[in-house]
Amino acid sequence: MQATMTQRRSIFRSDAIQRILAFAALIVLFIFFSVASPNFLQFDNIIGILLATCVNGVLAIGVTFVIIAGGIDLSVGTVMTLSAVMTGVVVTNMGLPVWLGILAGVGTGALCGLVNGTVVSRMRVPPFIATLGMFYIASGLALILSNLHPIYFNDTPIFRELAMGSVIGAVIPGLDIPNAVLIMLVAALIAGFILNRTILGRYTFALGSNEEATRLSGVNAAMWKTAVFTLCSTFAGLAGVLIAARLNSAQPSLGAGYELGAIAAAVIGGTSLSGGEGTILGTIIGALLISTLTNGLRIMSVPQEWQIVITGIIVILAVYLDIVRRQRR
Amino acid sequence: MADALVLMEGINKSFPGVHALNNARFELLPGEIHALVGENGAGKSTLMKILSGIYSKDDGRIIYKGKEVNITRPREAQDLGISMIHQELNLMQHLTVAQNIFIGREPRTARFMLDERAMNAKAQDLIKTMNLDLDPRAKVADLTVAKQQMVEIAKALSFNSDVLIMDEPTAPLTDVEIEDLFRLIRDLRTKGVGVVHISHRLEELKQISDRVTVMRDGQYVNTVPTATTSIDQIISMMVGRTIYEATPEIPANPSQEVVLEVKHLNRGRTIKDVSFQLKKGEILGFAGLVGAGRTEVGRAIFGADRLDSGEIYVKGQRVEIHSPGDAVRHGISYLSEDRKRYGAVLGMSVEDNVVMATLGRYLLGRTVVNTAQTHVSANRAVQALAIKTPGLAQKVRNLSGGNQQKVIIGKWLDANTDILIFDEPTRGIDVGAKSEIYKLLNNLVQQGKSIIMISSELPEILRMSHRIVVMCEGRITGELSASEATQESIMRLATQRTSAVVTNAGAESNS
Repeated sequence: MQATMTQRRSIFRSDAIQRILAFAALIVLFIFFSVASPNFLQFDNIIGILLATCVNGVLAIGVTFVIIAGGIDLSVGTVMTLSAVMTGVVVTNMGLPVWLGILAGVGTGALCGLVNGTVVSRMRVPPFIATLGMFYIASGLALILSNLHPIYFNDTPIFRELAMGSVIGAVIPGLDIPNAVLIMLVAALIAGFILNRTILGRYTFALGSNEEATRLSGVNAAMWKTAVFTLCSTFAGLAGVLIAARLNSAQPSLGAGYELGAIAAAVIGGTSLSGGEGTILGTIIGALLISTLTNGLRIMSVPQEWQIVITGIIVILAVYLDIVRRQRR
Repeated sequence: MADALVLMEGINKSFPGVHALNNARFELLPGEIHALVGENGAGKSTLMKILSGIYSKDDGRIIYKGKEVNITRPREAQDLGISMIHQELNLMQHLTVAQNIFIGREPRTARFMLDERAMNAKAQDLIKTMNLDLDPRAKVADLTVAKQQMVEIAKALSFNSDVLIMDEPTAPLTDVEIEDLFRLIRDLRTKGVGVVHISHRLEELKQISDRVTVMRDGQYVNTVPTATTSIDQIISMMVGRTIYEATPEIPANPSQEVVLEVKHLNRGRTIKDVSFQLKKGEILGFAGLVGAGRTEVGRAIFGADRLDSGEIYVKGQRVEIHSPGDAVRHGISYLSEDRKRYGAVLGMSVEDNVVMATLGRYLLGRTVVNTAQTHVSANRAVQALAIKTPGLAQKVRNLSGGNQQKVIIGKWLDANTDILIFDEPTRGIDVGAKSEIYKLLNNLVQQGKSIIMISSELPEILRMSHRIVVMCEGRITGELSASEATQESIMRLATQRTSAVVTNAGAESNS
């Protein structure tokens, strides 16, 4: 009897609840919008939702790591922009091969993360401040590198194809799911693997759960924390390449605000801002929820201003439900 | 001695403003349980933290297994076979038992890949050799404090440690759980492990240790064999004076006036149908195992947690308490077991803390605080309670545990509450300060206040209480008068686990 009680309790307590909640909310939204508008449940529209999720989804995956580790990263949006610009500089301005541009983009992200992580774990600047600083630095560097102008990829059409072409469509005619969606899913799978099956993932949870205890266990906490921030910004770099390919340009003034969308997705998906809890699946569901909401409201001709207001309400509601769930323990 | 496992000599350590260790020494033999005692601030923990690599020494030398070693990081100590279990549990609540035990040394299938299955199996083996009842896959957050403590020990032992340092390991445990822990420690002794046991509970040290080292003010006082040394002798070495009084000192309480009565309190799984009365001028002891629901009852009466159902009567009047503010208005205050988190605002001054609950009374107009008045009140509290502080402006953080506790008591006295709920009032307080707190509690009831004292230390409960209520798993399992209560009778009630209670309840509902 004792055993069944603990078991039941642990299921009730499990992080799965929040994910199920977010998932259920997603289903409800789908049903609601399908009923409200015949245009919603069209193949093209669903693809549109998925495509709109990609950039935010990849950013949110990275941010999930930092939040689980008990930190926060406000710089992912502008780091994404800097990475996009870097790709543009390498590919368009310097005329180097596309793969090198992609590498430069992702690498720029990783480098920003390395700086974030070092500032946080070695210089002991709080993550909020350190990444706020990086927010400005990356934003400014993007403007400097691009000379304030968008960089287009008109000479290298293959670059756009990377995101907007469809490998799946080529294999299965008619199922034209853009590569960007595929990239997000693969990124999610890799992230899930890292989080659940590797040392880095274990220490991500451990740091967010009790950093001091982790350190006292002989774990090189500073190093692993740096790794977590680096990983987060690497995903931001990937998001930068994605958004550049999608827009066929690197827009240096874009980016601010994306970090909040990413954090919102993670939080809606059940990642605890106090650290130690969170899943990649939840984050992806959270990102889908946001873009579904935006898409559905637009189809229902709700003005864009109100879409933003409603997104805000959803974020608060998601965290509130999480708190209610905890209190019931 | 040549065959000492650990020899620390001439250790000096200073923190900004404090000379924490001054020429300290310590010697540990293999297969020995060595108690390390001293008042708070004597330097016990600091000395052991140096041995386990958390602090680095300013000066002195450490000989380990005959060789001089220089330990600068926890990892180095662990690699040498020195493990320390800290006063505050140091576990990662979101991880499982096995994940906690092997943090930093996870079995891997490849360089960065975790081998969860191997890890769980290893944890299971370890748990089995220790005769523990733990599921390696259970999340630590779901375990009781006692079980979490066992996880800490399992973790320390998984290093194949030759030296195990335990800083107040029994503080959160109840007597039954302490027995389990001691069984484990004795096992280790037979395997040749040297165990350092830091504790304030001297009876306990008498029971378990082979030798005792006493420290005072960062200095080594003496090392003596436990068997031939009395507790009084140890205490006089600790404090330099004799103060220990083990006999009960309960002043008679003729009053029959009931000041607080609660009926059928319920809250989730933690409080089940709790009813009791508190009389004027009485100290009502609340005994039980950790997790029995005593703290929860205290917090619920104080309005800190919401009740599912139940009635509260103050001086015969039914009252509704939905918040601590309500409770204070009805003359009830609660002194948390966790002073640092819930009791005092550590970063604020003594004065600010004393008037914290009553600031509304010290206003000029509506918003401006009358500092002249708060000054007078704070001064009164400092004098009445003999709070040792350099001044009213001193931050509470810089006071000793006992004096922090006094500041909190001062706060509630200033609020003039008649019913005080003390939750573990002497936890982490040294012997000298303890007897001062006891004296204070007795003074309070003599002034007509009424006290509920929640305590996990049976000698304390027996020494102070007029009546004793015993709880187990959220229920009150019995009430004892001071004259009939013994450690044994309390423990019997405190361990009436659910099975027994369920059949009783079943019988009641049948009749």
